[in-house]
Amino acid sequence: MANVKKSPWMMHYDGSSCNGCDIEVLACLTPLYDVERFGVINTGNPKHADILLITGSVNTQNEPVVKQIYEQMCNPKVVVAIGICACNGGVFKDCYNIKGGIDTTIPVDIYVPGCAARPEAIIDGVAKAVELLQKKSDALKEGKADEA
Amino acid sequence: MSDSLKMIISAIVYIIAAPLAGGLLAGIDRKITARMQGRQGPPLLQPFYDIKKLISKETVVVNKFEMVYLVTFLVFIILTGCLFFSGCDLLLIFFSLTTANIFLILSATSGNSPYAHMGAQREMMQMLAYEPMVLLTAVGFYLSTGSFKVNEIAKSTAPLPILFLPGVFVGFCFILTIKLRKHPFDLSTSHHAHQEMVKGITTEFSGQMFAIFEIAHWYETVFLMAFMGLFFINGKPHSVIIALIAIAVTYFVEILVDNTNARLKWQQMFRNSWIVTMVIGTVNVFLIDVIVKGVL
Repeated sequence: MANVKKSPWMMHYDGSSCNGCDIEVLACLTPLYDVERFGVINTGNPKHADILLITGSVNTQNEPVVKQIYEQMCNPKVVVAIGICACNGGVFKDCYNIKGGIDTTIPVDIYVPGCAARPEAIIDGVAKAVELLQKKSDALKEGKADEA
Repeated sequence: MSDSLKMIISAIVYIIAAPLAGGLLAGIDRKITARMQGRQGPPLLQPFYDIKKLISKETVVVNKFEMVYLVTFLVFIILTGCLFFSGCDLLLIFFSLTTANIFLILSATSGNSPYAHMGAQREMMQMLAYEPMVLLTAVGFYLSTGSFKVNEIAKSTAPLPILFLPGVFVGFCFILTIKLRKHPFDLSTSHHAHQEMVKGITTEFSGQMFAIFEIAHWYETVFLMAFMGLFFINGKPHSVIIALIAIAVTYFVEILVDNTNARLKWQQMFRNSWIVTMVIGTVNVFLIDVIVKGVL
């Protein structure tokens, strides 16, 4: 019954990247794209977030950070990897300190390709993430009902 | 007998209607803010969707006292509004409001997050900044209408309190920005500047706990707005319309200030609010005292 769909709060983390996708994510909040019309709030607190947007790849330094942010988020939660670096490491893939895409560290639900990913693609990814969030939320509810 | 019945009914109406009105006010706030920034903005009912989602989300409670204190915070905020709408003593109302805030600070500090601790410390500085003005406002109402009781102030035959208390009104509007957690005094919740210290006092509140905090804020907003209305109310029926217009204008100005000001440091907030209290508030209260004594 609960409509998670109508109020997806997102949190954004930028890993090892050129900051291109990072800027495109923030562009989604500007008057031109205005994702707040879908109820999206860009929060800085993992405990309030439903969707984790990660740009850039995982390196040995930010690996524990990514893990901790993911663990601090409350269920139901969805992870979106934005840009080719977040998907599989991109141009940085063969660097000595890069582990690869985000999925080497935490489970990723939605992959948004692009270098840099365009705001339209990011919004599309978020829209898919919202659908998945609703499914996960419903599943969580049913799981709880079964236990009771 | 009928008086106490009236008190109970108005308290119950407040308990039921205030979250609806408060959520709507929050929705209007977000819509107007978006329009001021050239965006379309969320739907009007967005705050209600948010609460619905927060309730359905998993709630992680770090320390069980966190929840106990937070619920006590909500209860005291509701009590504050009930006391106001049932026409009780202004001093008692503000005492209850302060008690509520102390429970919020206790709740934030009972978790182990450094960000929540920072937020709680800032909340204490905010309380220190606005409390003198709050007390002065109660004193101002007493001097201009001869009573601390809300129902007697609202029924008084004297001219509108605003005519006696323009300075106190301006001072109260100033601290209202702190109470509504708006820029430039949005220090403890860090609502818009989340990069600075995550979410300040609300960092540890997840799921249902954050929903409780939000609902308490709605109750508080409705109480504060109604209190603003008290400046424009006397025994005459048409004064209610003036009060409603005044509330709408004040709320709009608060949103405008929120969108046109950068955040200040706590030292600046503290200094400015005490200067406003001391200069405008105290001089106003002093002058009424002289005028009222001179007239009598």
